[in-house]
Amino acid sequence: MTDPTHIPADPHEETPLAPSAHRPSRWRAVWDGDLAWSFRRSPVALVAALVVLVMVLGAALAPLIAPYTPFDPASLNLFNGITPPFTANEFTGDYFLFGTDDQGRDVLSTILYGLRISLFVGVMAVLFAMLLGITLGLLAGYAGGWTDTVIMRVADVQLTFPSILVALLIFGVARGIVPIEHRADMAIWVLILAIGLSDWVQFARVVRGATLVQKDREYVQAARLIGRSNGAIMFRHILPNVLSPVLVIATISLALAIIAEATLSFLGVGAPPTQPSLGTLIRIGQDFLFSGEWWILFFPAMTLLALALSVNLLGDWLRDALNPRLR
Amino acid sequence: MLSYILRRILQSVIVLLVVGLVAFSMFRFVGDPIEQLLGQERTQADVDRLREALGLNEPFVVQYLGFLGRAIQGDFGISYRQARPVAEILLERAPATLELALVSGIIAVVLGIALGVFTAIRREGFAANAIMTVSLIGVSLPTFLIGVLLIWFFGIGIEIPVPWGDGTISTKLFPTFGRGEVVDLGWWTTGLLTESGRASLVLPAITLGLYQMTLIMRLVRSEMLEVLRQDYIRFARARGLKARVVNFRHALKNTLVPVITIIGLQLGAIIAFAIITETVFQWPGVGLLFINAVQFVDIPVMAAYLMLVSVMFVVINLIVDLLYVTVDPRLRIDGGTA
Repeated sequence: MTDPTHIPADPHEETPLAPSAHRPSRWRAVWDGDLAWSFRRSPVALVAALVVLVMVLGAALAPLIAPYTPFDPASLNLFNGITPPFTANEFTGDYFLFGTDDQGRDVLSTILYGLRISLFVGVMAVLFAMLLGITLGLLAGYAGGWTDTVIMRVADVQLTFPSILVALLIFGVARGIVPIEHRADMAIWVLILAIGLSDWVQFARVVRGATLVQKDREYVQAARLIGRSNGAIMFRHILPNVLSPVLVIATISLALAIIAEATLSFLGVGAPPTQPSLGTLIRIGQDFLFSGEWWILFFPAMTLLALALSVNLLGDWLRDALNPRLR
Repeated sequence: MLSYILRRILQSVIVLLVVGLVAFSMFRFVGDPIEQLLGQERTQADVDRLREALGLNEPFVVQYLGFLGRAIQGDFGISYRQARPVAEILLERAPATLELALVSGIIAVVLGIALGVFTAIRREGFAANAIMTVSLIGVSLPTFLIGVLLIWFFGIGIEIPVPWGDGTISTKLFPTFGRGEVVDLGWWTTGLLTESGRASLVLPAITLGLYQMTLIMRLVRSEMLEVLRQDYIRFARARGLKARVVNFRHALKNTLVPVITIIGLQLGAIIAFAIITETVFQWPGVGLLFINAVQFVDIPVMAAYLMLVSVMFVVINLIVDLLYVTVDPRLRIDGGTA
């Protein structure tokens, strides 16, 4: 497992502790490490990781592996409308694993494309929240004084409100600012902004707490002595030492962000019907329940549930593996 | 103790002022109020006159204070979309939301504590394990999905084949749309007095309360397990007290401090999640009003909702903090830094 936020140190600047030729390869070191050992020992984590991996691959390769192109009107055949799952259509003979909606769109393909949007928004929102939370948390912990007070007060006020409410408000305000003709294309980015902004507090709190512990350690004093700038001390020296709880929060936040995105889209204030996410698909599918076409709702809903549950379970496992005391 | 209470109240007032500033900035900077009020046919003189009349030429601080003053008197302006005073619309919608929140809050607290105690006492039992497994799924299930699934199973219904009568029974038991028949008491409308009103309340209340119930249940369980290990519980057992007395009088009582906090915070969450539940069931409450306001960028309604909800949250948090100090004497010594 490699860490995407890790910036490799510049070799000209710092001498590695040991000559790299004598060290086992990085991959080998990770594989032999405690984390991988605990991963191989946990069947729940293995299954959850497999589910997430399949979904990520499915989303990434959607244009290649999706059996149909659901958002190309030219490829749709209205005779294929409302085909039940696991059967061939009675007029055209086309086969749809998860059935079709009223316009003849293949449900499986819409799910694959929907996963793309859901995962993209979730991951980007968490990255945004991480960036904001880590920066503000480092700043609050390292600078202290009134910087700390202001940042943490804002965090406290925001924490008073459930994040879904904060996201809804930011979404509403952002929509008011974006000109009406750009609302549909900007919807995805507004979503990322809203969910990201509603979620930075957790990161800031944890990073601040860890920074307070680290900032008086000897290595930080040494860095200060040799004249490193404050920015370098915060991001190059302290940051790598506070990252492991951040990783746990990021995983749990990802599950929450995916659910938040689905919720907003379900409420009709998220991803537009032209770029449906899983939440939008569930919203559309709900209307068909009353006329008996259950599959248009069922398969997207189960996909969302499996994704959220797996990411949650991975987060739980990671928390236990990195910090056995918290169990 | 008194200084602690005063400090907490001061903090709450500051939070409300900040939220008020956010709400006011929404008014002032999102969209142009002149744009909303005057149509395409307008002269510069009209614009100037309206700016003066609305006080938009005053300094920012004066405008903000004016906004706060009117908000305290319950004047939140006119809804862009419905062209009626926002306060009037909110008052009309509030009973629906409060009734729903109250019923689901009671479900969550009563069932949550009961199941939490049960799963803690019968830790190894099959039923307790089954409940815990189901609750894990319940935590991962988004609220709206719970609502949709309940509509599917109990609103639309599925036919279950049985060997008697017509051969099938349907699970279509409850309405899925709106509040049913409501009785107007003048200042309050209630669905609790009619058959259809009560039936309409069932599915939304379960949807809204389920997540909170699982949270409370899991918390009570882990706290109970912690307390049951303590020496004084063993001692109480050794004294030959009945299991019921030990479990409820000695153990449960001491788990309640963190539980009260969580219940308080969850009351706020119930109000927020009511937005989702109300949308799923088209429940005519404040949450549905808010969602429509977000969709149509109806700023006065959004700002008023924000103010209303923050007053509620701040008051709830204040009460929880004060209760905390009352329930746990240890916090009184240092004045409670939490």
